[in-house]
Amino acid sequence: MKKSTLIKVATQSILKNKMRTFLTMLGIVIGVAAVIVMVAVGYGAQSNIEKQIGSLGTNMIMVMPGASALGGVNQGANTFNRLTPEDYEKLQRESLLVSAFSPVVFTNAQAISAQGNWRTRIQGVSTDYQTIRDWPMEIGTFFTEADLRGIRKVAVLGSTVAQALFADVDPVGQQVQIRDVPFTVLGVLKTKGQNAGGMDADDIIIVPYTTAQSRLNGRQRVNQIIASTSSPQDVPAAQEEIRSILRESHRLADGDDDDFTIRNQDEIAAAASSTTKVMTLLLAAIASISLLVGGIGIMNIMLVSVTERTREIGIRMAIGARGSDVLTQFLVESVAISMLGGLIGVAIGFAGAAIVAHFTGWSTATPPQAVFLAVGFSAAVGVFFGFYPARQAASLNPIQALRYE
Amino acid sequence: MGKTEVHALRGIDLTVKRGEMIAIMGQSGSGKSTLMNMLGCLDTPTAGNYFLDGVRVNGLSKNELADLRNQKLGFVFQGFNLLARTSALENVELPMLYDRSGRKRDTRALARKSLERVGLGGRVDHHPSELSGGQQQRVAIARALVTEPTVLLADEPTGNLDSRTSIEIMALFQELNAQGITILVVTHEPDIACYAKRMVEVRDGRILRDEPTKNRRDAAEDLRALTAERESA
Repeated sequence: MKKSTLIKVATQSILKNKMRTFLTMLGIVIGVAAVIVMVAVGYGAQSNIEKQIGSLGTNMIMVMPGASALGGVNQGANTFNRLTPEDYEKLQRESLLVSAFSPVVFTNAQAISAQGNWRTRIQGVSTDYQTIRDWPMEIGTFFTEADLRGIRKVAVLGSTVAQALFADVDPVGQQVQIRDVPFTVLGVLKTKGQNAGGMDADDIIIVPYTTAQSRLNGRQRVNQIIASTSSPQDVPAAQEEIRSILRESHRLADGDDDDFTIRNQDEIAAAASSTTKVMTLLLAAIASISLLVGGIGIMNIMLVSVTERTREIGIRMAIGARGSDVLTQFLVESVAISMLGGLIGVAIGFAGAAIVAHFTGWSTATPPQAVFLAVGFSAAVGVFFGFYPARQAASLNPIQALRYE
Repeated sequence: MGKTEVHALRGIDLTVKRGEMIAIMGQSGSGKSTLMNMLGCLDTPTAGNYFLDGVRVNGLSKNELADLRNQKLGFVFQGFNLLARTSALENVELPMLYDRSGRKRDTRALARKSLERVGLGGRVDHHPSELSGGQQQRVAIARALVTEPTVLLADEPTGNLDSRTSIEIMALFQELNAQGITILVVTHEPDIACYAKRMVEVRDGRILRDEPTKNRRDAAEDLRALTAERESA
């Protein structure tokens, strides 16, 4: 039989029982739509998490003090700090791949304003900090190179601190006392929300690191050095570069371990996105079960259809149809039903994903592979579950089929 | 169960020549259906040979039998056996769709011609449900003829028809036979069998009688007589 004839015969019998075809198809439609929606939601969650991690700072690299070992007893991270402002200066001079560097000096202190007081984290950083953390201003300005060099007592507030200290006045130009040192507020940063650790990223006061060291800490070491590259691809190479510069700066011999640790956001992002990937897979697997159930529905209906059309099969065989002709006819029919169901399912799936996105505010995304997979899988379901009934039909004895009432 | 072999037919020796019109008669259970199935290549004999148009049928595979049915045989059944919700034209076209000889033909035009041949040229687009029993049987005959088969096999072709329509169908068979088509009609009605040229009676799986029809009737003439009768009444 010609292909066009086969398709025509299949369409005819599909259209003959519109309601039944529709209901059979519905199983596949729901299955495919469920897979698409689940995958879309999963991918949406994944890209949301990636975005959140990205908000910590794009392409950020962190250099932290290494672990020290005293007589074989490892003291753990941050116990042996050899990071200095000189390391920072050397890095800034020699690094080719890193576009922005900032040392970070931490301290916790009580901040006092005319309106109130608030215990918060004070971070001494350089002017590059804003670039590295990708953190724009809400009002006012960040401190400048001149402020840094002049060791000026200026500060930029996180939004939580600004709210606590200056509830009803414009903080810009006001004074804040930190450890009895008066700082002038230059501006307030935009609200960033929670950081990856679940802490309030806006509960912070930012000052020039020079000022922090001389006025607040009195220490020469820096707690961290953070850096960023202009593109994410440069991150691994930049990490290597920072490592070699720091080893030279710390005069480490070839066999010595690093006395610092370098980490980047990618590692954190990868861990988080692999979690969501597993979630997406799980959701898709659950949704696939409904596809399977839809397939069984097709098989059921095809079996009924074979019984119902036994006589038709007999007629076809009497006038010269081979078993293979009958087999193909029924197979084409079940594949057509499941493929059509698959396509409708894709359309409904996309609509469903859009609705979920609209009501939850998540950004959903359906990768094209998921669509191909869903449609391909539904076609496979058609072949798999259509084969048995089709073979039943093909193996009918024409005499008995003709006699069937 | 099912182990006992039943020989529905025994010692059958039948030769059908080109251009014959034979009635195969017999009560139900006589074995005439089995004979018909065998002649129609739907069944093969457990022993013995069957040659159709020079082809030895027994020992052929299912696919070869299907092809043989398609090429050399035309079936007409008691219950018409047309595909419902399919137009007369498409029903007649059907056997040509299963043709594997690969020849290119205008199946539409051939189907139309075949329908004209049985007097249904004006009803090609009608569905079986829109046709009378006699018309449906004509469609079935057109379907059987469209492949120009060696033999036309009719299994109780008038069983579902009233007597007048039965005679009409027999008139059509006689007309086609006159054009050179070999026809085998299986029937249990002597009234129908008497339109054939030769009568074969089967009983208990054996051929009881095989002779030329005595007092062969002309269906067209009978129809004219019937019409006249009705008009006078």
